[in-house]
Amino acid sequence: MPINLDDPKKFRPLVGQAHQVAMNMLRPISRKYDRAEHEYPKELDMLAAMIDGLSESGASEGAGAAGVRREEADSDTSVKNGTNLASVMSIAEMCWGDVGLLLSMPRQGLGNSAIASVANDEQQERFAGVWAGMAITEPGVGSDSANIKTTATLDGDHYVLNGEKIYVTSGDRADHIVVWATLDRSLGRAAIKSFVVPKGTPGMRVDRLEHKLGIRASDTATLIFEDCRVPAENLLGSAEVDTKQGFAGAMATFDNTRPLVASMAVGCARAALDLTRDLLAQAGVTVDYDRPGLTQSAAAAKLLQMEADWEAAYLLTLQAAWMADNRQPNSLEASMAKAKAGRVGSDITLSCVELAGSVGYSETELLEKWGRDSKILDIFEGTQQIQQLIVARRILGLSSAELR
Amino acid sequence: MSLISNLGPGGKHGVPSGESRDPIGYLVAGLNRLAQSDLIDRVRLRKPAEQAVFSVTRSGFKTLTAASRTFAKTGRPSEPGVRVAAAPAKGVFDLTPTEDEQMLVDVVTEFAEEVVRPAAAEANESCEAPEALLKASLEIGLPILGVPEALGGISEERSAMAGTLVAEALAKGDLGLAVAALAPGSVATALGLWGTDAQQQTYLPAFTGDDVPAAALALNEPTVLFDVLSPSTTATKTADGYVLNGVKTLVPRGAQAELFVVGASLDGTPVLFLVESSTPGLAVEGDPAMGVRAASLTKLTLTDVTVPADAVLGDTEGTSYAECVRLSRLAWCALAVGTGQAVLDYVTPYVKERHAFGEPIAHRQSVAFMVANIAIELQSMRLLTYKAAARAAAGKDFSREVALARSLCADKGMQIGLDGVQLLGGHGFVKEHPVERWYRDLRAIGIMEGSVLV
Repeated sequence: MPINLDDPKKFRPLVGQAHQVAMNMLRPISRKYDRAEHEYPKELDMLAAMIDGLSESGASEGAGAAGVRREEADSDTSVKNGTNLASVMSIAEMCWGDVGLLLSMPRQGLGNSAIASVANDEQQERFAGVWAGMAITEPGVGSDSANIKTTATLDGDHYVLNGEKIYVTSGDRADHIVVWATLDRSLGRAAIKSFVVPKGTPGMRVDRLEHKLGIRASDTATLIFEDCRVPAENLLGSAEVDTKQGFAGAMATFDNTRPLVASMAVGCARAALDLTRDLLAQAGVTVDYDRPGLTQSAAAAKLLQMEADWEAAYLLTLQAAWMADNRQPNSLEASMAKAKAGRVGSDITLSCVELAGSVGYSETELLEKWGRDSKILDIFEGTQQIQQLIVARRILGLSSAELR
Repeated sequence: MSLISNLGPGGKHGVPSGESRDPIGYLVAGLNRLAQSDLIDRVRLRKPAEQAVFSVTRSGFKTLTAASRTFAKTGRPSEPGVRVAAAPAKGVFDLTPTEDEQMLVDVVTEFAEEVVRPAAAEANESCEAPEALLKASLEIGLPILGVPEALGGISEERSAMAGTLVAEALAKGDLGLAVAALAPGSVATALGLWGTDAQQQTYLPAFTGDDVPAAALALNEPTVLFDVLSPSTTATKTADGYVLNGVKTLVPRGAQAELFVVGASLDGTPVLFLVESSTPGLAVEGDPAMGVRAASLTKLTLTDVTVPADAVLGDTEGTSYAECVRLSRLAWCALAVGTGQAVLDYVTPYVKERHAFGEPIAHRQSVAFMVANIAIELQSMRLLTYKAAARAAAGKDFSREVALARSLCADKGMQIGLDGVQLLGGHGFVKEHPVERWYRDLRAIGIMEGSVLV
């Protein structure tokens, strides 16, 4: 099969659907929930039901954050365009609509990705259809997530969780939370396990909701765990503390979720690019691809540069997802995609505000909102700096002790 | 120009034309005149100066007639030539080269490592590719990569993707030498793409035989803010052909070339013309540049060059010309990717071996993050280039994709060159290491038009 980097033909209907949903459902309520922070976007319930229906009918390949689990090995060695590609493409499309609303989509939380990535078959089945948020960050622990202080202590057939988690996306709305906690702080990162905690479990409570720069439609909660008892079988994956395998199990989730966040940045940036290109065309500025940027207007040259950067972020994202679809290790490429998409997302959305002037800065257009929404995508699921660290370690062949 | 303006400092030596001299400036300028004068030499006031070495292959004007062969006209001028089909598009996202492409890349990679890289420093100094290297490049089939099988080449379908992979692999050895080796094949590929039956029958046998002529695609011009789609070189229609006038710059191996493809404006539309080097009115002179020196860059001057009516390559609507420009930009993107990879492969062990403050400098984030960014942007450049190449090979419109690839490769390629030198510090600035050469070569991306295509 020849090299081909065009969008996979088989996902055209899926992407088309996602685009229609983004345009006709998310965009009309985009500004509403940016203003009404913490208000539940009730319109999403119907949308989630529709997406569930589509997946059940087989008409869709998962329009949300679920379905990033690597398929079991089979003998078929042909090149696959599978669920990972489908996910990043449809998420990009939905985030062209609204990043905050995509993050609030019922049953499409990052916790669902964690379950899909590391749960065993029995757990997959038991947690099918839940809406799971993801709780990793703590007040004193951000990028150094191996250093978390929340503890899980085995007591009979239950684990007892104690600690404080911040920045939990949909932490109040989701019906389950996947919590990272350590079985034994002295054993370091190998002892960190993830636990699925159903909402309403005694000992878990929402402390407060954050007021944010962007993605205001998405709730961000602080959760407190006080002697919160979770059934032992809710520990995802193996309970064994394997110091050799170390952190790899928990971190494997990131190989799957980073391309998804990259695709969010790609989608949000394209929203800004599409509108700005249209606004500039109305002002008489269009890009001639065959002529050098320097012989065109500064605005056209900037548009050309942004589009090139955007395309790079998009293709790096597709590459990472394609590798996952074809069972190739992709943690380097996943980090490359997130690093590039994260910074390009900010540059593009902010430059589009600048190009559009007061039209871009005013709340009458959505450009200023995208300029705010995009920033989180260069922060969560590993900041720009963490991605660079991962890429550098891989390229240079250095351990985390050597390159800190 | 008046005498007064002639005395002004501007307009020469890189001084902007608006500059003026104050009294001290006049004094310094006078001293400089004195310093340059023979007089002080005669009175032995100056230490023996080192002899300046003018490292250009050919200096001064030279009329082109000598080495040119005669291309015997044959074939049917009004018939279209042989065309290869577009590569079939399967609609599946795939980054795996075909088996044939991989084999080709492996051969060229080995050639780049074992032959090209060792010859690069010397070729940069002498502004000339070694004869043996060019011969060897013929043996691995570079000139016939884009020539249809039916005409003695190896191309069964559009070869833009294979050509891109080959150019990348070759540039990993050296960009200048890659251009020197790819230039004849570029003209052959152009003949395969747009030549009439007569043009293909007349010229291609020379490229598929043992004695492959040097040939070059001359599109660049010495114009600030040059727009390749509006060349100042003109073609004027006459009763039985065209008369070409103008200047083409940065033409690879122009002094050896026996066949040129020259871009000229015909009634305001850019058109490609086949010009044999024996045609009267052609003159060539050395035009060495910041980089790409191994390609023996030359300036080609056309003064009332008369060519027959069937010298037009492709159409006169500007379509084949635009296609040619895009395929050429694609080739330069591939060259940038290969050179960027050379930089990354070189700095990676260097920063791990170089110690400062008691540990390898690679252990410092400011250093490691530069390497990470080189890797990220290099892969970005590669993916954009491959996307454009795959679309070209599949016969799809790729004007947008190649424009994006070129924009990114120009910006990020230069950044990679800069960071490569910076990571080596003082060692990056001296010729003991190849990084300063890559820095100079990478500045060519985004400037060069023509010369090579895939």
